[in-house]
Amino acid sequence: MIETLESMYQEAKDRLDAADSTEALEDWFRAHLGRKGEIQLMSRKMGEIEPADRPLFGRRVNEVKQSLQGAFDLRSADVKQREMNASIARDALDVTLPGRRPQRGGLHPSTRVMRDIYRIFGDMGFQIYRSSDVVTDQENFEWLNMPPEHPARDMQDTFYTTDENVLLRTHTSAGQVLAMREYHPEPIRVILPGMCYRNEQITARSEIQFHQIEGLAVGHHITFADLKGTLTEFAKRLFGENRQTRFRASYFPFTEPSAEMDVSCFQCDAKGCRLCKYTGWLEILGCGMVHPVVLEYGGYDPNEYSGFAFGMGPERIAMLKYGIDDIRYFWSSDLRFLEQF
Amino acid sequence: MRVPISWLKEYVDVDLSPTELDSLLTNAGMEGVGLEIIGLEGADLVWDRELVLLAQVLKVDRHPEADKLVLASVDYGADEPKTVVTGAPNLFQYLDQGDLSDRRLFSPMVLEGATYLDPYKDLKPRKLKGKPLRGIYNDAMLCSPVELGLGEDHDGILLIQEDEHRAYRAGTPLQDVLGDAVLDIDVIPNIARCASIVGIAREVAALTGAELRMPSLDVQMDGEPIAGRVEIHTEHPELNPRFVAMVIEGVEQKPSPFWMQHRLRLAGQRPINVVVDISNYVLLELGQPNHTFDYDFLRARADQYAPDGPIRLITRLAHEGETLTTLDGVEHELRTNNILVTDPEGNLSVGGIMGGHDSEIRPETTNVLLEAAAWNFINIRRTQRQLAMHTEAGFRFSRGVHPAQAERGARRVAELLRVLAGGTVAEGIVDYRPLEIEPVVVELEVSYVRRLSGLTDLDGAQVADLLRRLEFEVEGENAGDGETLRVTAPDHRIDIEGPHDLVEEVCRIYGYHRIPMTVLADSLPPQRGNPSLEAEENVKDILVELGLHEAITYRLTTPEAEARLSGEPDESPYVRLANPSTQDRAVMRHSLLASVLEVAAGNSRFRRRLALFEVGNIFPLAEGKDRPEELAKLAMVVAGPRDHAHWQNDGESMMDFFDLKGVVECLAEGLQTEWVFEPTEQAGFRPGKTARISLADGTAVGVLGELHPLTVERYEFRVEKDQPVLAAELDLDLILGRLDATPSVDPVPVYPAIREDLALVVDAGLSAGQVRDALREAGGPLLVKVELFDVYQGEHVEAGKKSLAYHLTFQSRSKTLKDKDVEKQRRRILAQLEKTVGATLR
Repeated sequence: MIETLESMYQEAKDRLDAADSTEALEDWFRAHLGRKGEIQLMSRKMGEIEPADRPLFGRRVNEVKQSLQGAFDLRSADVKQREMNASIARDALDVTLPGRRPQRGGLHPSTRVMRDIYRIFGDMGFQIYRSSDVVTDQENFEWLNMPPEHPARDMQDTFYTTDENVLLRTHTSAGQVLAMREYHPEPIRVILPGMCYRNEQITARSEIQFHQIEGLAVGHHITFADLKGTLTEFAKRLFGENRQTRFRASYFPFTEPSAEMDVSCFQCDAKGCRLCKYTGWLEILGCGMVHPVVLEYGGYDPNEYSGFAFGMGPERIAMLKYGIDDIRYFWSSDLRFLEQF
Repeated sequence: MRVPISWLKEYVDVDLSPTELDSLLTNAGMEGVGLEIIGLEGADLVWDRELVLLAQVLKVDRHPEADKLVLASVDYGADEPKTVVTGAPNLFQYLDQGDLSDRRLFSPMVLEGATYLDPYKDLKPRKLKGKPLRGIYNDAMLCSPVELGLGEDHDGILLIQEDEHRAYRAGTPLQDVLGDAVLDIDVIPNIARCASIVGIAREVAALTGAELRMPSLDVQMDGEPIAGRVEIHTEHPELNPRFVAMVIEGVEQKPSPFWMQHRLRLAGQRPINVVVDISNYVLLELGQPNHTFDYDFLRARADQYAPDGPIRLITRLAHEGETLTTLDGVEHELRTNNILVTDPEGNLSVGGIMGGHDSEIRPETTNVLLEAAAWNFINIRRTQRQLAMHTEAGFRFSRGVHPAQAERGARRVAELLRVLAGGTVAEGIVDYRPLEIEPVVVELEVSYVRRLSGLTDLDGAQVADLLRRLEFEVEGENAGDGETLRVTAPDHRIDIEGPHDLVEEVCRIYGYHRIPMTVLADSLPPQRGNPSLEAEENVKDILVELGLHEAITYRLTTPEAEARLSGEPDESPYVRLANPSTQDRAVMRHSLLASVLEVAAGNSRFRRRLALFEVGNIFPLAEGKDRPEELAKLAMVVAGPRDHAHWQNDGESMMDFFDLKGVVECLAEGLQTEWVFEPTEQAGFRPGKTARISLADGTAVGVLGELHPLTVERYEFRVEKDQPVLAAELDLDLILGRLDATPSVDPVPVYPAIREDLALVVDAGLSAGQVRDALREAGGPLLVKVELFDVYQGEHVEAGKKSLAYHLTFQSRSKTLKDKDVEKQRRRILAQLEKTVGATLR
């Protein structure tokens, strides 16, 4: 019996050396170490052995099992490794072939810039206030200190509707007094985004519609110094920490004092280039202290309250930021343009 | 407005470089929009100080070998004169006239080695080299303006005639004579006072602390008194509050002196003759437009209406149908709001804008009636626009010129006509002032200046000082607490209304750049957010994730353009422009989808795959309302290949109804809501491939479908034959308004799910939606997911029937389901579906 066991052992070892695939190893295991394998069967034949030899035989069976199991494990790891290597070698790809691309969408550049502006002003406590595109003469002009025949009305080529008191807003400042009337007498910090319209020729530089973001802060102690501080903070966050601002006197009927804010050119670092027309400065927004007449229309007593307002064009900012040289791209919705965002 | 710095320096000392001056003025509200440097450092052509000099012409002789050349002998400051060979046509008049030194005639000269602009080589810079010209060696050149970069004139050399007002010295570097810089300043409406050289000089003086030197307004009047010779009257004092007239007789018409011509040219005006030039010069110098009439012409007309009486000038509004030919020869049909200068015989000029043709100065005119008036700026502005007349005078009067300026302008013109044109000024001035303008006095609290500017340390004395620099009269800074100042605006300003205007002046002269920057310290308003905008932005984000590009289109369109969508014009009222800039942008849109289809069709010319959306407003106008509702919509258009072409996929599989429906379903999922799709018919969409989208409660919120082939045609989509173009339009206000503000989240299941497949045979006419609803109903809470994975009709399925195959997912929240639980459920579903929709197991 013990001889049979030894020859089985020997034969099993030889066969194991010959098994060189996962399948062959599985077959080998079934034949030798499986539940119905030779060695298992041998251990069940214990009864056929002299009682005195049983301990020895039993020990030997276990030794053989363990030895074969050990050899099998080693052999399996080896075969598995080889097979994996072969499979890896077989499956090598041409990694330069193009990938399967999902369809990618994109936000319009105006939306992207407007969100940047919302975010920055939102951090400073400015809420978004929206008002309508089609407005009255009062909203667009009179409440902003531009009574009929005011010369500043000529600065904006207005689209009038067939109803003479109704027009397309030329600036989102048209919502200023509405916001004041709604929030009065609370202090105010709002930005007013929206589409504006001007009766101009459509060219690379001018459009009949464009977005504007107006800003308005009203309170008891708001100063021109606050305006400078707030807008400079905004400019640095939008264009970069190293940007400088320049405020120069200007004119808007609804602010006094009024200013234009220029930002040092981010392309040439204010050295002078084509983008800034060799001035080192980019004109970014108009601003000023809210005119007392406008405060009064909004229900705020100019002797107690003061405020500042500012307005900027997201398309102009997008053009500067992305180096877009033709404003007509914005509403053409040409995918060759949009897909770049 | 062009401001030559040499001219500016006549009224104020300037120590700044042209660039520094440009930025000083820009920061103070006079924006420089151009800076031209002439001859000096920084110019395109810099005149060498040693080699480009002023030369005096001493003698002009014939060239022995050439008829077209002459030999000019010039003094250029050296010990010996130099002979220059030149072909300048304007020197031939001096040939054979012997010694010219008494004529005091000068010309710029370039010596060998200096650079000039070569008019024969596209004005390229070129170094002068000595060489013989027809046998005579020449190493210098007398220059035309163009060769020096001084304009376009190349008709002859620049000849400068000295006169009693300007002396020159031979050999002076040309830089010191004609070197200059010209600032171009954008005169915005509130700085009308700066539309003159003196106006700018006054600002420079205030900003730098220098002194302003006003030109003298003295006039030597020796002529026959004007009294009784000219009378003025206006019918509209509010439109013409002042009219100043003077008479200058015996004027000699000739070219104006060089210095005046040169200044006019630098300022962008063409010199004509001394009378016109003086009129223009004073307009530019003081900002007071003025007009010169032919006195004898007016007198001859007066002989018709009052042989023994004075010339009577009347300003009045134009009559209905009245016409006037202006001095540019254009006949204008006048409106009844246009103010005119007339006499009893008829009209003479359009007040404040342009003179008439008949009464203008003629070559033979010797006697001049001078007008300097004040006009209402609103009226002038309107007339200018109506008659499309844009003149230097109109530019200023339409922005406002203070009536106090009228006399100053008249005096200056009269004296210059006397001095430069040999005229005699009639004794006296006719100063007609039907409306007195009160000076503007403002009570200014210094605390208000501090409160608005943020300059917390400013005191009354400083404020007073800053305002005085601009010629405001200030009282009260030493009285009482010195906190309320009484400020009188100077009489060249028409823009001061109240204390806020003075705050701007204080800040401007103090310097905007010196005002500190502070953080808003005022109390923070309630932070409310803007839920509707935030929801719209969320919709955009979801659609971008789903592979669509955001479009923004024109909100202006035409009813005809929109009719392409349905094929029928929309009869409901539009917001219509009274003055559209182009006929194709004339009304505010009624359909967002129509706008997006327009740009999608445009894109189809060069893109096969289209996937666009827009979130935007439409503007329907209710009958009888003056303003539209502004409703937020979402429109989507997709067409073309579903996938990018790939080496394992030819990318030729075209999107259809279900691609866009999938997008809409995902949008609903993203918004954490559910929508119902039902077949519908909608104009412009293809019947049978169109669905109505509604909320769970049945409220319709939009439409989704394949466009009707005729719609595709009307938009001129460039797509393949029978290729579907899919579109959807949703009512965002309604959808976003009904969203659950705080949707709940289900816990992640603890017990495993079991998936079963089930194929049902139903009547072909039954919709998948009906079967799905029946399945859900029958499946109860254990059936957590129903996925349709196959729809089949044909072999092995009875005619008139179809097979629908589903993956059904069962899951319990309280236990691990066993096979027998699922089996029970499955049998129940089958039994119930047989009853509800007549389904059998396939």
